[in-house]
Amino acid sequence: MSAVLEKYFTTNEEEVKVWFKAAPVENFPENGGACVKYKDKQIAVFNFTREKKWYACQNLCPHKMEMVLSRGMIGDDCGTPKVACPLHKKTFSLENGENLNGELESIAVYPVQIKEGNVYIGFSE
Amino acid sequence: MKRILVIGNGMVGYKFCEKFVGKENSAAFKLVVFGEEPRPAYDRVHLSEYFANQDAERLSMAPRSWYEENNIELITNERVTDIHRDNKTITTISEAVYSYDYLVLATGSSAFVPPIPKIEKEGIFVYRTIEDLDATMAYAETLKQDGGKKKAAILGGGLLGLEAGKAILDMDLEAAVVEFAPRLMPRQLDTDASNVLQGKLEELGIEILLNKGTQQILGDTAITGMDFGNGDVLDVDMLLVSAGIRPRDELAKTCGLEVGTRGGIVVSNDMKTSDEHIYAIGECALLNQMIYGLVAPGYDMAGVAVDQIMGQEAAMPTSIDMSTKLKLSGIDVASFGDALNEQKEGEGIVYENKFQGIYKKIVVSKDGKSLLGGILVGDASDYNMLHQIYLNGLAIPENPEDLILGARGGGEASFGSVLDLPDAAVVCSCESVTKGAICCKVEEGVDTLKGLAAETKVTTGCGGCKPMVTDLLNETLKAAGKVVKETICEHFEYSRQELFDIITMKNIRSYDELLDNYGNGHGCEICKPAMASLFASIYNETANKQEAIQDSNDRFLANIQRNGTYSVVPRVAGGEITPKQLIVIGEIASKYDLYTKITGGQRIDLFGARLDQLPAIWKELIDEGFESGHAYGKSLRTVKSCVGSTWCRYGMDESVSFAIEVENRYKGIRSPHKIKGGVSGCIRECAEARCKDFGMIAVEGGWNLYVAGNGGANPRHAELLAEKIDNETVVKYVDRFLMYYIKTALPLQRTAAWLDKLEGGIEYLKDLVVNDSLGICEDLDKEMQGLVNTYKCEWKEAIENIEIQNKYSHFVNSDEIDANLNFVPLRDQKMPELWES
Ligand code: SRM
Ligand SMILES: Cc1cc2nc3c(=O)[nH]c(=O)nc-3n(C[C@H](O)[C@H](O)[C@H](O)COP(=O)(O)OP(=O)(O)OC[C@H]3O[C@@H](n4cnc5c(N)ncnc54)[C@H](O)[C@@H]3O)c2cc1C
Ligand code: SF4
Ligand code: FES
Repeated sequence: MSAVLEKYFTTNEEEVKVWFKAAPVENFPENGGACVKYKDKQIAVFNFTREKKWYACQNLCPHKMEMVLSRGMIGDDCGTPKVACPLHKKTFSLENGENLNGELESIAVYPVQIKEGNVYIGFSE
Repeated sequence: MKRILVIGNGMVGYKFCEKFVGKENSAAFKLVVFGEEPRPAYDRVHLSEYFANQDAERLSMAPRSWYEENNIELITNERVTDIHRDNKTITTISEAVYSYDYLVLATGSSAFVPPIPKIEKEGIFVYRTIEDLDATMAYAETLKQDGGKKKAAILGGGLLGLEAGKAILDMDLEAAVVEFAPRLMPRQLDTDASNVLQGKLEELGIEILLNKGTQQILGDTAITGMDFGNGDVLDVDMLLVSAGIRPRDELAKTCGLEVGTRGGIVVSNDMKTSDEHIYAIGECALLNQMIYGLVAPGYDMAGVAVDQIMGQEAAMPTSIDMSTKLKLSGIDVASFGDALNEQKEGEGIVYENKFQGIYKKIVVSKDGKSLLGGILVGDASDYNMLHQIYLNGLAIPENPEDLILGARGGGEASFGSVLDLPDAAVVCSCESVTKGAICCKVEEGVDTLKGLAAETKVTTGCGGCKPMVTDLLNETLKAAGKVVKETICEHFEYSRQELFDIITMKNIRSYDELLDNYGNGHGCEICKPAMASLFASIYNETANKQEAIQDSNDRFLANIQRNGTYSVVPRVAGGEITPKQLIVIGEIASKYDLYTKITGGQRIDLFGARLDQLPAIWKELIDEGFESGHAYGKSLRTVKSCVGSTWCRYGMDESVSFAIEVENRYKGIRSPHKIKGGVSGCIRECAEARCKDFGMIAVEGGWNLYVAGNGGANPRHAELLAEKIDNETVVKYVDRFLMYYIKTALPLQRTAAWLDKLEGGIEYLKDLVVNDSLGICEDLDKEMQGLVNTYKCEWKEAIENIEIQNKYSHFVNSDEIDANLNFVPLRDQKMPELWES
């Protein structure tokens, strides 16, 4: 399973080589998430309407290695935007992927852009 | 730059690093840490939890990145093999050489294995590291493979042995604890206390053998038994040795440091060994001729060593507290101070209740003025307070027995408020945090337990101080005139009940509107589902309406399973189902290859449906006349019935018909927690109605109505609300009871816990429901009828709405399914692949 985990690493805006066009904005629930397939990766994308921001992270929860994070609830922990895994409610910062209520390793986060009504996710490969 | 080397990265070695990092002048030192184990330090105290979850991560004291961020070089998997004091260097197993200015030995201890003949046979393990546990579990697994019940013995009936016994039981093996002494926990308990504890352990299913000296181990290659001499033999398949610890002083010995005759590196109270550049801390250190096998003194030693090295005065206190509490779920055992009156300075006062399995003893000074120690078995709820009285030498009541009996006559606790403790009282011994420090933080404005933990580290060690810290927090806030409110979370400064009123009175229709006007921030996984439940209870809106605030299961109207697939549970009211309906369910289940099981709630659960399959499965079920069973919601689950007078020769009334009527009445209603009902046709109670949130039992002359029971984690029998009433009155009372509960309970509080906290208890509730003492019954009746009248099956709503169905796909940009799903065969069905450890 750790081979699956190794596919995901945090990508900064400067490192982006490909802006992948995922889907139209309206396909994502407001203040919620959906999962995007990019090659053999699963990326959770969140439309944080209240903050007027978009976030993307790996769909894989490092706790039990299940592809579920896009189905988690989002919110904030003292101002840090976060997602709570639907299986055991581990929470992760959507800004840097840090596990906020435990000691799990950070999850990978990716930059998101909105252009002409479409959602793009940035990858470095 | 001075160089500090730490040998050993266990709990105390880690604490040394943590205290080091907290020092202002830490930049003037370079810290290098060697650990023999493959991973960074973890919480050995909670090692037993690893049996349950195999989650090493959860035990970790700090991730590897923490060491990096703090400029500490951590080298794990590397044993230090030699110390060369003459040129102040050390060598490691891979022959690397490091020099030091200061050397800290934090090598801990190893499990002591007594020299019993043939103790080296297969199947014999110790209990100290994660690797030990892995090996134990792997062996247990192979044992289980050849079927039959297997048995493991634990050598040693001390604190650790008993913990191991419980772990063995949880692994589904038979457990027997073998102790050499005539009683359990011989260092902490007296014979009477041990007897009570023995009873409790035997109730759990742990066999206890006392007075047993093992002469030899039996078996050819692997252990098959233990021989106690004179033909006394115990057949076992495995043995866990927990017979004490031996300090790891081998390095110290070979480099000529002074060690004790029975082991341990001799230190003075500044933690220096016989070489002033070398310190020893934790379980390897011999202080006052003693090895302190607990973390709290080890942490203090780490603090003293850091201070000494970094140029500050510090020394260990003259008396070191060895009080302990056993951490076995369901069994309370604690002892503190001179529990066994070994100093002969006091007199004992004993309270024993054989019916309830409670034993309490205190040792009081001969002048009756101070508490010297004590033992609590069966009920250790007063441990924290008694322990504090002992530690701080606080005055005790004129009749010292009040400490364990409570002051007779008045209901008041006999030791006053937590605020009476002196400021210097150490409340959290793991982190040495005093009452003064905690209250000071609260006065500075830290007003949550989480906040206190972040600021002072209280509760983050063994967690035993949590009840007392909570009391201190609440009492200090109250004393400062602040109202202690049960607010939902950081996003709302209101209680659930207040938010219920706000939503109703201001006619608020969405979560965002509520948050914008009455909350702050963007919400979280606690307040969102709590508010979703309120919107549902007030407007009877289904979970489809505000999908993003629903809890994981409500969002997709199904319970998420271990591998991210879902279960499907159609309603089978009262448990009554026709052969035709059974066939239909069977056909649908086999078409979608779902695992099927009869649930504990008298209905059928179909497991393993992919997200994208849910709408199609539900469409087929609904076309056949089924509807949602709300197995995913905090709402009515099932009303269990027995067959009743329709068939049963003892039946007093038609329990099935009544169960169906009631289940259909309350289906779909959202509540603070799930609600379950039961209807039994006579007092034989085959429907277990008294284990339910509401239950009816047919008697001569009508139904007896019971409320606020549950099974689950804390089983509680329901209490009698009314006797011999007719069907209509039952429904009226249940309406009122449920509606009042829905309006006033805390989030995720079941009816039993709610009734516990309701002032006046069942009598007050009776008065309210039966006599309308609050004059609100008309409203309650109306509100409940409103909910009943507006019921919709939310799955029907979902399959009729294409927009709702669109959210049921794994990807937004592809119709492919999740390639990560793997099932394995299980008997004639399937199950998700097991989780990796
Ligand atoms: C399927 C079932 C076990 C089974 O195979 O029999 C089950 C399965 C689950 N139970 Fe249960 N419980 C099931 C009957 C029970 C019973 C027995 C009963 O109802 O008579 C109890 C004890 C009685 C009671 O509740 O008072 C029970 C006490 C719990 C509890 C503990 C509640 C408590 O107050 O302590 C939880 C945890 C919770 O709700 O927070 C729980 C939670 C769960 C969850 C929902 C855990 C989860 O979130 O994944 C399980 C998932 C169900 C699913 O995926 O469909 N389940 N659960 C039973 C479904 C009954 C049904 O038809 O709806
Ligand atoms: C199952 C269990 C339950 C417990 N429950 C409690 C409890 O409830 N309350 C309580 O207070 N205490 C409890 N304890 C005891 C507590 O865990 C110990 O007091 C504590 O871990 C001691 O810390 P330490 O750092 O001194 O030793 P350890 O945690 O043993 O750490 C020493 C480390 O040094 C390493 N090491 C040794 N020699 C070398 C070398 N030459 N080179 C490199 N590394 C080396 C070892 O591999 C080890 O990792 C429990 C212990 C166990 C096993
Ligand atoms: S008791 Fe209930 S919650 Fe626990 S494993 Fe069984 S089904 Fe799941
Ligand atoms: S799998 Fe995500 S929290 Fe457990």
